[in-house]
Amino acid sequence: MQVASMHFTARARASLNDEQLQVNLRKFQGKFVPARRDALRELTDFEGTREAARAIRQRALDNLDTWLEIFEANAKASGATVLWAETSADINRLVLEIAARHNVGKIIKSKSMVSEESALDHAIEAAGLTVIETDLGEYILQINDYEPPSHIIGPALHKSKEEVAALFSKTHKTERKSDIQALCLEARGVLRQHYLTADMGITGGNFFVAETGSVVVVTNEGNATLTTTLPKVHVAISGIEKIVPTLEDVATLMRLLPRSATGQSISNYVDILTGPKGADHINGPEHMYFILVDSGRTAVLGSEVREALRCIRCGACMNHCPVYQNIGGHSYGWVYPGPIGSILTPMYVGLENALDLPQASTFCNQCGVVCPVKIPLPDLQRKLREQEFARGLRPWYERTGLRIWAWFAKRPRLYGLASRIGVRALRALPRRDGMISRLPFALASGWTAERDFPAPAGKTFRELYRE
Amino acid sequence: MRVGFFVTCLVDLVRPSIGFAAIKLLKAGGATVYVPPTQTCCGQPAYNSGDRADTIALARKVVEEFEGCDYLVAPSGSCSGMIKTHYGELFAGDAAMERRVAGLAAKTYELTDFLVNVLNVKETAGRYKGKITYHDSCAGLREMGVKTQPRVLLAGMPDIELIEMADCETCCGFGGTFSIKYGDISARLADNKCVHVQNTGADAVVLGDLGCMMNIEGRLRRRGDAKTRVFHVAEVLAGEGG
Repeated sequence: MQVASMHFTARARASLNDEQLQVNLRKFQGKFVPARRDALRELTDFEGTREAARAIRQRALDNLDTWLEIFEANAKASGATVLWAETSADINRLVLEIAARHNVGKIIKSKSMVSEESALDHAIEAAGLTVIETDLGEYILQINDYEPPSHIIGPALHKSKEEVAALFSKTHKTERKSDIQALCLEARGVLRQHYLTADMGITGGNFFVAETGSVVVVTNEGNATLTTTLPKVHVAISGIEKIVPTLEDVATLMRLLPRSATGQSISNYVDILTGPKGADHINGPEHMYFILVDSGRTAVLGSEVREALRCIRCGACMNHCPVYQNIGGHSYGWVYPGPIGSILTPMYVGLENALDLPQASTFCNQCGVVCPVKIPLPDLQRKLREQEFARGLRPWYERTGLRIWAWFAKRPRLYGLASRIGVRALRALPRRDGMISRLPFALASGWTAERDFPAPAGKTFRELYRE
Repeated sequence: MRVGFFVTCLVDLVRPSIGFAAIKLLKAGGATVYVPPTQTCCGQPAYNSGDRADTIALARKVVEEFEGCDYLVAPSGSCSGMIKTHYGELFAGDAAMERRVAGLAAKTYELTDFLVNVLNVKETAGRYKGKITYHDSCAGLREMGVKTQPRVLLAGMPDIELIEMADCETCCGFGGTFSIKYGDISARLADNKCVHVQNTGADAVVLGDLGCMMNIEGRLRRRGDAKTRVFHVAEVLAGEGG
């Protein structure tokens, strides 16, 4: 996907002023947050389960190469083909090679965020093939001229029912529906024909299981089940970090994934897929491929933000993020929005292309406390801020301001003098009811652009205490 | 018991009355208060801006100033959280400093937590009359575990009524320099907070961090609310508010 993260500030502002989007965002926030809270009450030991999930994911990452080799051997033994994509361009190339090998004309897809990284749909269409997204959210975005997703599990949740109804009516040339069930039935009617006529199905992968060589696909609509059973070829695409050692590990992680994501005890469908159709099987693909994607992941593994790779893509961090809740996912400008996206995006597309993302956080740590695999999201964002600072990627006035402040803060006598002068100068500014409505200087005026500033007492605490 | 009082740079500059209120509460609770005269800032502005070298220098300064005390207490969850939960990481690999930092972290407290859990304060001098609502500042809540402590102390006043606002644990949008760098996002978060405060019908919003106070008060006034008062919990408990 094209990177638009440099437009963060402008997009955030536009989103704040988009009244319809604000209504849609509030509706979404009112759903996922309480649903998660209630679902987690079902667990007798949430913190214990969370620690176990953290340990499982960390164990996989600590010996990633070994688990990947075990996975490859077991997947091959089950009759599947394992392919490796070093870059995101390799994903597109491999998919098109597989399609050519099996004379594929039409491809159906269930949701894969990794394929968004490489804009796979565009590559498929450019090669003259047809691709149909079957996840309802992804389908809505596809027929809206490939609008980018705004959330990793609800890619179209920035849209209202009415917006979707208008889009369906226009695209399907049908009468405009007014309720959600009718809209779902309409989409189902359209998608069913594609399932039956597609030659190849592409899915993402929530987990790759090393001990069995399987892929686990978690969905609510059943579209992945159809995508992986009806066409003659199944291709599962996901990042190399999605590996877990055992099926037992999957069971533990699944206690937290749907609960953290949508507040469901379990998602409607969980497909565990191992190898192509056997001789004694009725359903299933004749050919099964895995595309395991690096595309920046080994670089993250070797960096100081490696813990971000534990992510199981539940979306809880963004659902609970006050910044995401108010600006929505498009502001972040790439595949992964919110707190986890503010780490992954700079790492995958280059820090210099996503300077705002690690900065645009209040560090309230609501994301950190809800993360089911205990990723210290603000701490990792701070690491990226350190890199920006060290590489001189912050504006000159910020660096200079910080340098002057720190110079004084390390010298108590001069700091005391400067602060005594400072509070007296502020005292001299015009004010009303004890509040200053305009501060001088670039940095300070940023404060009074949005809010008043309480006029200081005129003397510092240290001064008064000495007296 | 010698309590080292960490004033915090914001209280020093903007609202010294909070510092005096806190000292009054500590003394009333039986502590001997010592205010190291050379203190400036915990280093959090540098830390969150990615300036590690200056953060380390300031952290070392705080450790030297306070490690001789029995406790370090700050009228802020944010600054005490910085010292207690982040200093350690700054000196990773330097065993001697790690030990000193761990020693200081173990005796670092946010004010209300210290009053309730160390000094066992049950009642304070405050006699605030009226309806208040309490905002849980992020670092106090999520780094220092401050939730019930201020409420217990406030509830000890006979004429105070605490009305909980919706989303009292949601960030007010301050976030240090975030409030300046992303002013419009920050203001929207503050707007949400202002509305939740106003919806309670409380006369005042009370909280434990001056940064959040300045943000909420500044935004309330900018929105034209000259009525809702904004107090630090120390001011109310020490009888200086209301």
